[in-house]
Amino acid sequence: MTLLLAPVVLPLATAAICVLLRKNRGFQRPINLLSCLALAYVGLLLLTLVEEQGVQSVQLSGWSAPFGISLVADRLAATMIMLTGIVASLVVVFGFSDLSFGEEKNGHPVFVQALLTGVCGAFLAGDIFNLYVWFEVMLIASFGLLVVGGLKPQIDGAVKYVGLNLIATTAMLAGIGLLFGATGTLNMADLHGKLLGNMSEPGVLAAASLLLFAFAAKSAMFPLYFWLPAAYHTPSHTTSILFAALLTKVGVYTLIRVFTLVFDVQHPLLQTLLVGSGVATLTLGIFGAMTETIARRVLAYLVMVSIGIMTLGIAVGTPAAIAGTTLYLMQTLIVTAALFMAVGCVAHLAKTENLPEMGGLWRSHPLMGALFVIIMLGVAGIPPTSGFWPKILLIEALADAQRWGLVLAVVIGSLATLYAVMRLFSAAFWQDVNTDETPNLDLFRFAPVLILTVLVVGFGLFAQGLVDTAKASSVNLMNPSVYVEQVLGGSK
Amino acid sequence: MNSLVLSTVTRLLAPLLLVFSVFVLLRGHNEPGGGFIGGLLAAIAFILINKAEGTRTARRALRILPLTLASIGLSCSIAAGLWGLLSGGAFLQGIWPLIDIQPDGSKSGIAAGSILLFDIGVYLVVIGSVTGIYLALEDGIARSMD
Amino acid sequence: MDLWLSILAGTLVAGGSYLMMSGAMLRFLLGLVLISNAVNLVIFVTGRMTYAGAPFIDKAVGVLSADAANPVPQALILTAIVIGFGLFAFTLALALRAYSEMGTDDTDEMREAEPKTEEKPL
Repeated sequence: MTLLLAPVVLPLATAAICVLLRKNRGFQRPINLLSCLALAYVGLLLLTLVEEQGVQSVQLSGWSAPFGISLVADRLAATMIMLTGIVASLVVVFGFSDLSFGEEKNGHPVFVQALLTGVCGAFLAGDIFNLYVWFEVMLIASFGLLVVGGLKPQIDGAVKYVGLNLIATTAMLAGIGLLFGATGTLNMADLHGKLLGNMSEPGVLAAASLLLFAFAAKSAMFPLYFWLPAAYHTPSHTTSILFAALLTKVGVYTLIRVFTLVFDVQHPLLQTLLVGSGVATLTLGIFGAMTETIARRVLAYLVMVSIGIMTLGIAVGTPAAIAGTTLYLMQTLIVTAALFMAVGCVAHLAKTENLPEMGGLWRSHPLMGALFVIIMLGVAGIPPTSGFWPKILLIEALADAQRWGLVLAVVIGSLATLYAVMRLFSAAFWQDVNTDETPNLDLFRFAPVLILTVLVVGFGLFAQGLVDTAKASSVNLMNPSVYVEQVLGGSK
Repeated sequence: MNSLVLSTVTRLLAPLLLVFSVFVLLRGHNEPGGGFIGGLLAAIAFILINKAEGTRTARRALRILPLTLASIGLSCSIAAGLWGLLSGGAFLQGIWPLIDIQPDGSKSGIAAGSILLFDIGVYLVVIGSVTGIYLALEDGIARSMD
Repeated sequence: MDLWLSILAGTLVAGGSYLMMSGAMLRFLLGLVLISNAVNLVIFVTGRMTYAGAPFIDKAVGVLSADAANPVPQALILTAIVIGFGLFAFTLALALRAYSEMGTDDTDEMREAEPKTEEKPL
């Protein structure tokens, strides 16, 4: 029971301590790292608990559901918290050498912890208004992370990011208001029971569309993706890695959660919207990734490709497709972090992010190049890396559902991703540029990339456990009765 | 701003606002009021001082840095939540250490406990963050005018 | 009453959207404030617009009276207003900073993150 609170309370308390210690790097760094490691450990404990005893829930301040605020952990949420903790720890280590002194002093660690609070809260929220509050916590922290460097492009990127995200959260609030008006409850488990068979009521459908709009904007789906390529390349690499690994994934996670538990994704209107938006996101992501010349902007478009693929999985909505999507969600968290981190190293070595000016790194840093190749295969989904299995599961599921057009889209998306990362690789490592002096790669930058690469290969070689988790969690997602019973019945 | 009227009135009003903010904070226990409104009232006192005497005096009147104040408040609120968890069973549950329940159901004692601690936390967070944002904005405007 | 408030919310959204389209950062913000107020009104309407009693249980009766108001929407609005207030303060500061850094209030003119210059494709 207490374990369920830890993913939220731990980062929040760390944030409070980091504010007090903001002048003292010697204390702030280890506390920050320890808290992230503890978060990963808590995620692991939570996952074993859920595996043994089923879905866990806790009612804040003892008010029973559906009146109080519930936090609920199922397999998917626990796995996501564990992965979030792992990635956050590595990002914090990477930040030790990547962040400037000013950024650390101006509260970068505080915002990281606040962001983790929001992210974990969103994973655990069992109440849709509580979900909104965690989104806001996440949003405010991400605003802080974007502008903490104070450079001109960062301010400009932040303007676009803030503008679009504020519209999205306003839409989310409106959707929640309409949903409350239609059903009189906010608890997601309770909503599930009240909305069964009522999907076509105009009020419910309007609320569903507004929430879809909000989550689509969070996860950078077409036509609401403009903030992503505008903002992701402006802040420090540490911030970019964190954003790319966590923020859009939380959008996809809530999309899965809300559109399996609360709404029925098989409703024709929602399905059409999701399929169209998914294909468009994929296509635009491909075009962007192929033509951009700034390294992190290429990556931003690659994030969009993966979002598009996951959207298609959610849209089809069969148990197999949801299993593929959840597995994709878990592995893309690791792979995206690895890719952004590798590019962070490359940009540090080449002292530029502009592809035409990079080059020659193969000669000076062959090991980094080897890691980059492995991560590249992971992103494109080539065996034996982790990206292969979710794509196979997804393609299988789409083929079973007779959606051949979508199968084609996923395959093309994967091939285009491979092309885009190869273009990045050849520019950075093979291009002939007179490199006089490349700086050395320090341990704080190199070690996290190495660990992430090992994880990418490890998940590929020992995929069975993760595949089983994904399949089991999709069974839970498609039959929410266990979840509902635990939340509503556990309190009586 | 350099106005004799404003600075004289501020000297009277600022303490009054601060006392009133504490009153509103405590009143929020069972009646309209509470930490958020109380915190805003206290922040208004510091903003008034800033308008009359400048940011330097306002910062000195606050004595500690706004951010530090906010983080102390946040710690108070988390502590109130954990207090409920450790002695009552649920996070954020209300704990009343100073209240005795008589056999006939009536209560005696002082109604102060974890909920008051939580509210004080909110009060401090609001003072800290609102004055912090406001003073930072004032500094920014002053810098851009130079 | 519900109808009038709905129309008011719609008008606020329309006005807010119009302001947001202008491209000027400050107008965008004012538009956003209008829309978020409209959303608060929408939530307010979901709690029934009638004269109602306070949602407290009378000790002598022991059950909630039938004409009690629904307190949830008001709590939701309060939360939304507080969050909106914080976000507005941040965004206002950001707009000020953007104006002093880039010398323009027009979002179309802000080209620092996405430069206009054509670069040679690889």
